[in-house]
Amino acid sequence: MREPPNITRVLLLLGLASLALFPLTGSTFYIQLLTKIMIMAIFAMSLDLIVGYTGLVSLGHSAFFGFAGYVLALTAPRYEAVSLWLTLPVSMAATGILALAIGVLVLRTAGIYFIMVTLAFAQMLYYLFHDTKLGGGSDGIYLHARPSLAIGDISLLNLANHAHFYYLVLAFLLAVYFLLRQVLASPFGRVLVGIKANEARVRALGFQVFNYKLGAFVLAGALAGLAGYLAACQFGFVNPEILSWHYSGVVLMMLILGGMGRLYGAVIGAFAFVLVQELFSYQDIFGEYAKRWQLAMGGFIVLVVLLLPRGLADLMERAGRRPESESANG
Amino acid sequence: MADAALRVSGLTRRFGGVVAVNDVTLEVAGNAVHAVIGPNGAGKSTLANLLSGDLRPSAGTIVFDGTDISRLPADRRSRMGIGRSYQKTNVFREFTALENCRLAAQSRDPHPFNWFRDALSYRGILEGAERALATVGLKARMAVPAGHLSHGEQRQLEIAMCLATRPRVLILDEPLAGMGTEESAAMVDLLRAIAADHAVLLVEHDMDAVFALARVLTVMVNGVVLDTGDPQKVRANPAVQSAYLGRPEDHA
Repeated sequence: MREPPNITRVLLLLGLASLALFPLTGSTFYIQLLTKIMIMAIFAMSLDLIVGYTGLVSLGHSAFFGFAGYVLALTAPRYEAVSLWLTLPVSMAATGILALAIGVLVLRTAGIYFIMVTLAFAQMLYYLFHDTKLGGGSDGIYLHARPSLAIGDISLLNLANHAHFYYLVLAFLLAVYFLLRQVLASPFGRVLVGIKANEARVRALGFQVFNYKLGAFVLAGALAGLAGYLAACQFGFVNPEILSWHYSGVVLMMLILGGMGRLYGAVIGAFAFVLVQELFSYQDIFGEYAKRWQLAMGGFIVLVVLLLPRGLADLMERAGRRPESESANG
Repeated sequence: MADAALRVSGLTRRFGGVVAVNDVTLEVAGNAVHAVIGPNGAGKSTLANLLSGDLRPSAGTIVFDGTDISRLPADRRSRMGIGRSYQKTNVFREFTALENCRLAAQSRDPHPFNWFRDALSYRGILEGAERALATVGLKARMAVPAGHLSHGEQRQLEIAMCLATRPRVLILDEPLAGMGTEESAAMVDLLRAIAADHAVLLVEHDMDAVFALARVLTVMVNGVVLDTGDPQKVRANPAVQSAYLGRPEDHA
């Protein structure tokens, strides 16, 4: 696992400090926006484990994100707050089992076929929830109360409070970052990186490549489930859109934008994607064109891919290598 | 490790209408080098791929230690003790020489679920990797990314990775390919040392190396074994001479 270079580490710590202090500004709109971004960052990091580190490009990662949200919505009683201690592990475990079942089938393929079958499974799940009564059809399900976080009768955080929920998500963001860093430094993670570099050689060395890929797929699925659970909590409803391939595409673009194969690249990509999207759809600046923000967004992504093929994180690392040039604000 | 390590019989591999390896029978035995030579297209690399499990045979059997391994995948065969190196250098170019060998050594002691312990904290695995690098003479270069090593060093690294998996049989596909005179001499010494306690199947074009090392020589032409046995006797076989040794050597 590559350690972030020094200047990058300083910038990341500054970013973290700003995130930790931001709720003091009290701006509800931006607290909610940043919460959403941090949830997407968790989602993007989970995808980085399989795309950036193991070399498995999936276009079906939203299946796990959306499924976890549905598990929460379907297991929660209608108007009562459920315990996060109970529902989060249940959602993540159910999503992990789904990832195991899908992984056993899709990991028999590789390359373009892998992209297509992951997409196909995600679409199957989308239509399952869209076209049947199981999860409220295309309208989805409302969650009338946010889960509670308590020890005994003592409430630790009030998740209906935007700032409290923000800090919970920030804590999960850090936990997932350090968890994945540790997993990548372990013998398991070393094999994943080897698989991306040269899968046939890893097999020739005697590793059961399939099992390692499956392990990575399940972990990535369960962590995408964590992100989906948090998103369902934040928005208070689930609908089939969170399962759709657009979502898989968006999170993949975040990874490409930020830089694959570096966990913080996924985080930077999530921030860059959503903030730039907000900027381009800001009417005071772009007037009429704000409605067509997708056009500007597409141009921005093309530009980044052409100029920074290794993503925005590379900009920070380059700034670290040549301290005289300062052009790194992620 | 003295007895026949690999018994190959009737081994055949077809690619469409082409029979790359045709009814090959041979034994790789004991602590010695068994060399396989032949002109380009003779099926030597295909034979190596069949033995290591990178390819499945169309017919025939490969028995290792009394077990039929002809249908087993490459990773199973590696874990049973069959190591191989590749004709085209096949290392992890971005990893250091040490990490290449460490990963190879880890395959014998994989700890796939110890997610909360650093890979570098397993002393035994690191020591195994360093020992393999020392054996091939690359210890001083262990911190260098494999892609930055010279061609000869990368060939040595291939062998070190193979050794780090603690194999009993090594299948070496042209380990001297593209090497200079001095590097070749060092590699021949290394292979001789390895053959002291391993069975080695050596596919090679370099005749000097082959005759310096081999206790058994097999000549293949067009996928078929032309002759096999004592190198001097095989060399004297007129069919071998007209088919291969008599002609100007055909490198590439």
